[in-house]
Amino acid sequence: MSQYLFYILSLLTAFSAMMVVFSRKPVYSVLYMIFCFFTIAGHYILLNAQFLAAVHVIVYSGAIMVLFLYVIMMLNLNKESEPHKSNIAKTAAVVSGGLLLMVLVSVFKSADGLAINPAFDSQIGMVEVLGMVLYEKYLLPFEVSALLFLTAMIGATMLGKKEGGAQS
Amino acid sequence: MELNDLIFKIIFVIAVFAVSLLVAMYSTYAERKVAAFFQDRLGPNRAGPFGMLQPLADGIKMFMKEEIIPTNADKVLFVLGPSLAMMTACMTGVVIPWGSSLIIDGKEYVMQITDVNIGILYVFGVVSVGVYGIMIGGWASNNKFSLLGALRASSQMISYELAMGMSIVALVMMTGTLSVREIVESQPGGHWNVFVQPLGFLLFLICAFAETNRTPFDLPECETELVGGYHTEYSSMKLGFYLFAEYINMFISSAIIVCLFFGGYNFPFISELGLSHNMAAILGTVIFFAKVFFFIFFFMWIRWTIPRFRYDQLMRVGWKVLIPLAVVNIVLTAIYLMWKHDLWNTTLHVSQLNP
Repeated sequence: MSQYLFYILSLLTAFSAMMVVFSRKPVYSVLYMIFCFFTIAGHYILLNAQFLAAVHVIVYSGAIMVLFLYVIMMLNLNKESEPHKSNIAKTAAVVSGGLLLMVLVSVFKSADGLAINPAFDSQIGMVEVLGMVLYEKYLLPFEVSALLFLTAMIGATMLGKKEGGAQS
Repeated sequence: MELNDLIFKIIFVIAVFAVSLLVAMYSTYAERKVAAFFQDRLGPNRAGPFGMLQPLADGIKMFMKEEIIPTNADKVLFVLGPSLAMMTACMTGVVIPWGSSLIIDGKEYVMQITDVNIGILYVFGVVSVGVYGIMIGGWASNNKFSLLGALRASSQMISYELAMGMSIVALVMMTGTLSVREIVESQPGGHWNVFVQPLGFLLFLICAFAETNRTPFDLPECETELVGGYHTEYSSMKLGFYLFAEYINMFISSAIIVCLFFGGYNFPFISELGLSHNMAAILGTVIFFAKVFFFIFFFMWIRWTIPRFRYDQLMRVGWKVLIPLAVVNIVLTAIYLMWKHDLWNTTLHVSQLNP
């Protein structure tokens, strides 16, 4: 059952990920990307990581992608006003994309021989276990990343305020 | 899963779906009656006795009206918008415990579709996806008023989602679980969370109003500024879906408020009544719905009492009042928990909090 679910989900993930690139309209691209995030959340649930799935949906599909959609709707992009990139940019994009493909292919080739870890704990994704791990074993990294987020948040607020400061 | 369980679940899912729709349907009727009462009118009283068939008549009217899709609208997204709004509205009922459990032939049937151990987060996930229905609909209409209404709605919902999530954190710290059923079970009898988390309740209630786009937070469809907001271009049942989704959301938010802060199906003196398990469960469900109906009435009461905010006021309240208050609430709760478990001098182990 879960194997079939995995295949269906993977198919949907790959399809929606490709549609992000192939869609002519930017709004459709964003919507496909949101759908892609949902299918990834589905994968998390298949891996018994419900907390991760929920947070993924709340943060990525619910908050970040709304802002994406927000910006794209405001810009009102359409085919006529689509900016044309210069040849240098196009070449650079192709080269970097090709390099990324190379890295990915080499990673998957070397991952071929990896065996499934028999000591894997299926409860690892549960919120209780995750909390214990985060707050006991990895407390310091957790706090450091929290500080980092706080700094980023204050920075963003300051940057946002600069432009509004002229009016108020 | 046995066949009996499966049949029970299927019946239960259909029942929850039907009840949500029915309650939402009669909420429209109730809203008009309540509005009439507040304004010293009679309200709808033509269709059937006391106007009881009014929602049905409204529904038939909605279906019969001509369906207009604007020429320059994006047709796919134009239809997708209201569908998404309706779908997300119906999805939240899954994690709500509608009652304790029924024992039939010695087997226990839990009156809840599924008890996800991250139930609250599931609710937030669905709520955060609910924004898309409005945004897509507003954008696809290809109308400036619709777009502005959609942008307002989405920025409002994102802002208040944050405060809502923060107001829940303190509650989760107290109960030590994210499962809605366990939260309900942690408030036996009259030990409701509202008495220990009054500030959290107030914040959650305000955010629930904002999330359902109800007055005083109904800026997305502020008719003096934006014509009809995000559903300006909508007609017939697609408009009906948007309006109906609001009523389902209202019902579900009331149910969530009751579960989190008002003990769900628990009520005082339940154990002293000497009822059998099944009778107590059924009575609990009845009480649950009574509480939910009170909150639906409360939603309407506020709507016909308080005028709407101005947009900048709305944002100021969300970001500068509700979120700081939620943070204060979290800190206060943390201090209380530290004091209660006497953890000032010992190293903190999470296991000590929830033995």
